[in-house]
Amino acid sequence: MIQSNYKNRFTFDDIKSDTGLKVALEKGAQAVISEITDSKLRGCGGAGFSTGMKLKFTAEAFGNPKYVVCNADEGEPGTFKDRELFTNYADFVLAGMTIAGTAINAAEGILYLRGEYEYLVEHLEKVLETRRKNNLLGKDIMGRKGVGFEIKIRLGAGAYVCGEETALLESLEGYRGEPRNRPPFPVTAGYSGKPTCLSNVETFARIAAIMAKGAAWFKAVGTEKSAGYKLFSISGDCEKPGVYELPMGTTIAAMLKVVGAKNTQAVQCGGASGRCLHKNEFNRKIAFEDAPPGGAIIVFGEDRDMLEVAENFLEFFVEESCGQCTPCREGNVKLLAGIKLLRNKKCSPAYLEELVALCETMKIASKCGLGQASPNAFLDIIKNFSSEIFMGSN
Amino acid sequence: MNNPQVKMIEVVIDGQKISVAEGTTILKAAEQLNIHIPTLCYHEDLCLSGSCRICVVEIEGSKTLQAACAYAITMPMTIYTQSARIRRARRHALDLILSEHVGDCYTCKRSESCELRALAAEYGVDAFRFGHRDQLRYTVDGSSHSIRRDMNKCILCSRCVRACTIMQDIGALGTSNRSHETKITTFADKPLADGNCINCGQCTNRCPTGALTEKDDADAVWRALEDPTKHVVIQTAPAPRAGIGECFGLEPGHSLTLEMNTALRRCGFDKIFDTNFAADLTIIEEGTELILRLYNALVKKDNKAMLPQFTSCSPGWVKYIEHFYPEFLPHMSSAKSPQQMFGAMIKTYYAKVHNIDPKNIVCVALMPCTAKKYECNRPEMCASGFKDVDYGITTRELAQMFSEMGIDLPKMPKSDFDDPFGTETGSGVIFGATGGVMESALRTVIELVTGEKIEKIFKEGNIIPVRGFEGIRYAELKIDKVGPVPALLKHLVPNWDWLKGVTLKVAVGHGTANAKKVLEDIKAGCKFSECHFIEFMACPGGCLGGGGQPIPTSPAIRAKRAQAIYADDMGAKVRKSYENPAVLRVYKEFLTDGPCGHKSHKLLHTTYVARGKNLVK
Repeated sequence: MIQSNYKNRFTFDDIKSDTGLKVALEKGAQAVISEITDSKLRGCGGAGFSTGMKLKFTAEAFGNPKYVVCNADEGEPGTFKDRELFTNYADFVLAGMTIAGTAINAAEGILYLRGEYEYLVEHLEKVLETRRKNNLLGKDIMGRKGVGFEIKIRLGAGAYVCGEETALLESLEGYRGEPRNRPPFPVTAGYSGKPTCLSNVETFARIAAIMAKGAAWFKAVGTEKSAGYKLFSISGDCEKPGVYELPMGTTIAAMLKVVGAKNTQAVQCGGASGRCLHKNEFNRKIAFEDAPPGGAIIVFGEDRDMLEVAENFLEFFVEESCGQCTPCREGNVKLLAGIKLLRNKKCSPAYLEELVALCETMKIASKCGLGQASPNAFLDIIKNFSSEIFMGSN
Repeated sequence: MNNPQVKMIEVVIDGQKISVAEGTTILKAAEQLNIHIPTLCYHEDLCLSGSCRICVVEIEGSKTLQAACAYAITMPMTIYTQSARIRRARRHALDLILSEHVGDCYTCKRSESCELRALAAEYGVDAFRFGHRDQLRYTVDGSSHSIRRDMNKCILCSRCVRACTIMQDIGALGTSNRSHETKITTFADKPLADGNCINCGQCTNRCPTGALTEKDDADAVWRALEDPTKHVVIQTAPAPRAGIGECFGLEPGHSLTLEMNTALRRCGFDKIFDTNFAADLTIIEEGTELILRLYNALVKKDNKAMLPQFTSCSPGWVKYIEHFYPEFLPHMSSAKSPQQMFGAMIKTYYAKVHNIDPKNIVCVALMPCTAKKYECNRPEMCASGFKDVDYGITTRELAQMFSEMGIDLPKMPKSDFDDPFGTETGSGVIFGATGGVMESALRTVIELVTGEKIEKIFKEGNIIPVRGFEGIRYAELKIDKVGPVPALLKHLVPNWDWLKGVTLKVAVGHGTANAKKVLEDIKAGCKFSECHFIEFMACPGGCLGGGGQPIPTSPAIRAKRAQAIYADDMGAKVRKSYENPAVLRVYKEFLTDGPCGHKSHKLLHTTYVARGKNLVK
């Protein structure tokens, strides 16, 4: 039996996993799309695109068949919330995919599971089988003639970049996991060139919850631009690491209190590709409009060497860049070498300036989010901790 | 698509308005406004990549820059192609590429045509801002007779992979590893020669740097020319003469056939022959073989007659079918390519007539083709007892040799080919363009069978339906009347009556991706399975787009080379292979048992190897 190490209480505990599916089938596709749009739910993978709009675009897109793809390539360093969802709330995710399928008129859903989660396959297959038996998947779902949906699981091979939606699609189609050019976007040309509603694991679970409890319930919490609840994988220098469900807009300080973090010097918010916040920024809100609410939050106590942290992140990006576009493939290597120079106190201020300018190019000229976000930690740490970095140099 | 009407979208680029069809890339839209956007991974012949990020532009309202080459316009937008951050980003992309490019420009064959070097100049690169690698990362792969891979110079633009895998549908080159370890490689990282590379060289034409080049045989040719004991002859194929001017600054589309003859003499070649002779010989042999297959199928009702017959002139195509469709090998004409027929004739007939010991003859072939280098090294190609052709050199290598001789080719006086193989024929020259072999074959076969002039059926003898650049072309021709069997073929068929009323079905395909489509169609028993004769060329455009032709290449450049080739045909005195006096003389004096006879079989025909997709080692 698969179990989670830290079990916190989520709103999902108060909802039956398939109430949402029942409501969705009763009300019909249009009602699902307007309910989700009304809830202001935004993609939980990090980019935060309106889920209602995504459903609407895919539903309206020309081309058949259409697909639902669940991005379970949970690869951002420090994130493990999707694993928790699969372990304890898999039905919500699968119900959400089914609801999305009926909303966009797709008959097939694909769950793209990161290679490292292979151990979850047996469990998920069992859940899928039970759902088929209970008439929640397959033909004539919940006894409704002609309403059919199937879900299959596909395993990734361990590349971080395959969490990028178009690289994921390439990987699904059997090619190298390299991001595509956009437009066209997956909503019009996704899996096999067909309209595809591709979202994060949590987004699908949220769809199931919102259809059960209503848009008003969801948007009652959160901020104007970031509605509802959000799962966070919180780790690092704190007493109670784990997966937490917090309302959007929670401040860093409040979050630190919840997890029992003391003497914190910095918080990495939104994973390795997110932002590194200095302790004087802890009043900032975790929300799309402020500190990025992607799944992972890493807490750094005062004893941590922040340059080592930056080096660690950059080593990750140097390993995980797909190698397709120049700024990301070569840029991260230069940044990593720069951090090493800094740690050895051998980086001249002029070269550091050169590297900071390179970061700006990487952010705007890389092909996908990986290269666009990888310099964030470098920039934040250089900016926020420059006094420590240059102490004693030259 | 349910809506065939093209939607027009108005965009503003650098302050200028333009209306473009939906889906047009920013690069193409800017081109229409004469706005220059630098590119590197982009190539007109290839699918889009958008990976080098040199062509980035700014779209108003977008936080990030977009690759102009790959961004399809789907809504009205305002675009800027110049700004401080665009210039900085382009320069950064260049700096980063240069930091990993190990290329000593002095020793690089692509120095003058290197797109990276040109860009560095365009952007005023005066220092390696992020360092410069001087340690070699990879050993050079010289395993192939045709293509040399120096991955130290590779900038990972993926043009070669797209050329090989998508344009040609071969997949000998691919990408392995990721991030900084990414490299362009072969299957299992084996030497290129061990895999299923067909040596077409299309990758070398599209590589922006010197990472992929033809294997250079110029030094070996110089050595032969310098050796007084050697009698060095060269045959020149039709396509190089239509392209070589581009290496000397001429616009594409100027033939320099006769200027080249003078230049070759100055280089020291003892005899200069026209491959057209062997092209015409090929038509007679291959045409005769077709007639025999038709006779077996139609008269003898032999269901193993193996129709359609496939042409065998293109060594890239030959290796393609050996690797990917070995089950179709019985359909291949057993006739050698013109290059190899010529070599065999020089080391036998020519050697005998001129009383030269064939072991002292060095036979060089000027070809538009990298695969010809491989072909002349095939073990089957020693019919004369010696290597029929010693060296195949490409248009690019010859241009380099001329340059070493201080020859400015366009300014050379004109001079003729040498006898006995010097007759310029139109039927030979059009071998250089896709459809040319088919057109030559039809001109000869129709006249031999009907006894009527081809000009009666096709205006000026130009068989337009088989011309052009469409990937696959199909034509039908009904034989309404037949004439007497000409003397050359009398020993093979009693009369032509059996061909009366037959509709001859032919097809032409160029580029191996198109060949694949045709072969799959035949496998499925569809339209092309009913064809009698199909011409295949490995390279897009045929030989004029060969892997040894001048760089750059594009559809427009290839079209201009084709124009030059068809103009040469129109100007030729002899335009039908069977009227080439040198060919007739050879059958009278040497191949006395006629086309597809014993002697011709020994010298002019070959066998193939079913290679399959496995590695050699």
